[in-house]
Parts: sequence; C-alpha cells; structure tokens
Amino acid sequence: MSISGLTRASRAHPGFVAALIHRLSGLALAIFLPLHFLMLGLALDEAAFSGAVAWSNQPLVKISEALMVSALAVHFAGGLRLLAVEFLGLTRAQGAWIAGCFAFGGGVGILFLMRAF
Amino acid sequence: MTSQERTFQVDIWRGDENGEYQPFEVPERENQTVLDVVTYIQRHLDPALAYRFACRVGVCGSCAMTVNGRPRWTCRTHVSRVVKNGKLTIAPLTNLPVIRDLVTDMTPFFEKWRDARGRFVAGDGPKNELAPVEPESNERAAASEAIECINCGVCYSACDVVSWRDDYLGPAALNRAWAAWNDVRDGDRTGILKAVSQGTGCHTCHTHQSCAEHCPVALNPTFSIAGLKRASLKAKLKGQLR
Repeated sequence: MSISGLTRASRAHPGFVAALIHRLSGLALAIFLPLHFLMLGLALDEAAFSGAVAWSNQPLVKISEALMVSALAVHFAGGLRLLAVEFLGLTRAQGAWIAGCFAFGGGVGILFLMRAF
Repeated sequence: MTSQERTFQVDIWRGDENGEYQPFEVPERENQTVLDVVTYIQRHLDPALAYRFACRVGVCGSCAMTVNGRPRWTCRTHVSRVVKNGKLTIAPLTNLPVIRDLVTDMTPFFEKWRDARGRFVAGDGPKNELAPVEPESNERAAASEAIECINCGVCYSACDVVSWRDDYLGPAALNRAWAAWNDVRDGDRTGILKAVSQGTGCHTCHTHQSCAEHCPVALNPTFSIAGLKRASLKAKLKGQLR
C-alpha cells in the first residue's frame, strides 16, 4: 500500500520528531567522535596540531562545531527525558518536555557560538 | 444525488495489498462521519465495497481505517475535521494483512493479545473468598488508566516498531498485559512479565508515543509499556525471570 514513508501523516507528532532528532543527533555524534579523537591524536605532533587548530578557527568550522554541540545537548536532554519516561513514570506534557529538550539543545549551541566568535 | 448538492472527492483503497485507489464523488452532509461516507459509497455507488463496522458509536472498535494517512476510528471522525483540500483518502489499517478493500485481517493483532498473556489467571485461594483490591492502591490506579481499550487496532497501525518488526507484540497487547499485571488478584503475575519481556516484547518499544498520540479513547500504551519494562527489570534483578 502507499501509506508509508518518513513523512506519513501518522508520524506528525512531537514524539516521533523527538525520536527522529534523537537518532540523527546520535548518528552525527557517532560519526564525529572518531574524527574528534583523530584530531586529539595530532596533539603528539605540535606542527600538525597547530595546523588543525588553525583549520578549526575558520567560521564555517566553528558553526559546524556549534551544530555538533547542539546535537550533543539535544541528545543528552532527549536521553534524560526517555529515562524519566521509562524509569520515573513521567507521563504528562510530553510535548512541553520535548520542546524543552530542543530549546536546551538550541540554547547550548547559541552559547557556544557566542563564545566562539 | 441531486445536481444542486455539493460533493467532495473520496479516494478509497480497492483490492488487496496490491490494489489501488478508486475515486468516488460523495455528497456533503451535515455532521457526516467518515463511516457515513464509506456506507454511502457501499449503498449507493458500489455495493461490492468491503468494509467492517458494527456499533457506529465508538464502542466496538471495528471500523478503524487509515484516513488521510492517519489511523482513526471512522464512526467518531467527522469529515469536516479531517477533509484536506476538499478530499478524503481512505485506506485499510497499515501493519495488518489486507483481506479486501478496507478490511484487514486482525488475526495477528489478537494472537499477540494472547501471546502477551493479557487474560486473567485465577489464584489458588478458595473460590468464595473475595480478594481485597484497595481503590486507592497504585496498582488499581495504574490498571484504571490502562483499561477501556476497544481493540480497534489504531495504535497497532500507528506503531513504527510494528512496521519494522512484525513479531513485536505491539502497544495494544502490551497495554492489556500491563492492566492484567496490575490486577492483584491474578494468580501468576510473574507469568505476565515472562510473556512480555522475552523476545520482541516490551523492551522492543522505542517510546515514539505514536500509540498514545492516535489512541481514540485517549489511553497511553507507551506508559503502560514503560511500566512493564520497570516491572520486568525489577523481577529480573530479583531472579524471578529466567
């Protein structure tokens, strides 16, 4: 049948959006972490590390870093919400809690950007 | 249908899984429900249209269908609330085999109710002894929040995990198991936890909350499933589940 796909109407609710963002941010973090450790590994070689630091000072890289920090914050807050649902029986106002998680992620990203520039 | 009547287009799924939508023109009526629309088509336009209903008042849970992409109880869904750009698209529930047109085979849905052990099992006490159930107890309150399911299959159809894994017990069966586990008179409550925590049971739920979002009688199977997760985890730590 033709009632499927990511954007089907039955998925248009906060819980699904939260789950989608949680997975996408988790995936982004999983891809980012090895690159992050690779860069930390460059600290052993001063010249290479200085080059990497200079590269990371470009505005576009800083914006990307802010997005990663946002992803980490939203993933962290979303994970806490899920734990609260499953272990503390948090049952009410899920839409508000989900909006709060997104606001936390966005806020942390903006704070990072304010300090980065 | 007279020429003065205002009409709207209704696309209805015809055939089995490999069928297609068929358009119909249906006259607008005041307070018209989606079930009224389907009934009009079957009575006036195509008597071969297959669909299922019984009570027409939101009690029996027979008439659930996918309306404009969302699973709904059609007897209590007004057309004016769901019509989009003057058009309705009506299909059978997803996540269930399609028998024909708007009729799905509910067998897997009810088999999972059985597998989740949602039935009452009497204890060993004398049959004439009344079991005390405190109205204010946590168990009674939890059971009260989980009962009144009408078995319509809307949550099962909305569940993403069911669409990924057809052996997942699903929200309705697990919600029923949670109500049954909270019945302190049950003689084998650990048996319920064993049934729901093994394989693709409660721990398979991803907490998307689609079941709660779409449940027509405002139940919250996600939280029932979370309750089963907690109860089975505690039982596991106590060595009651093996």
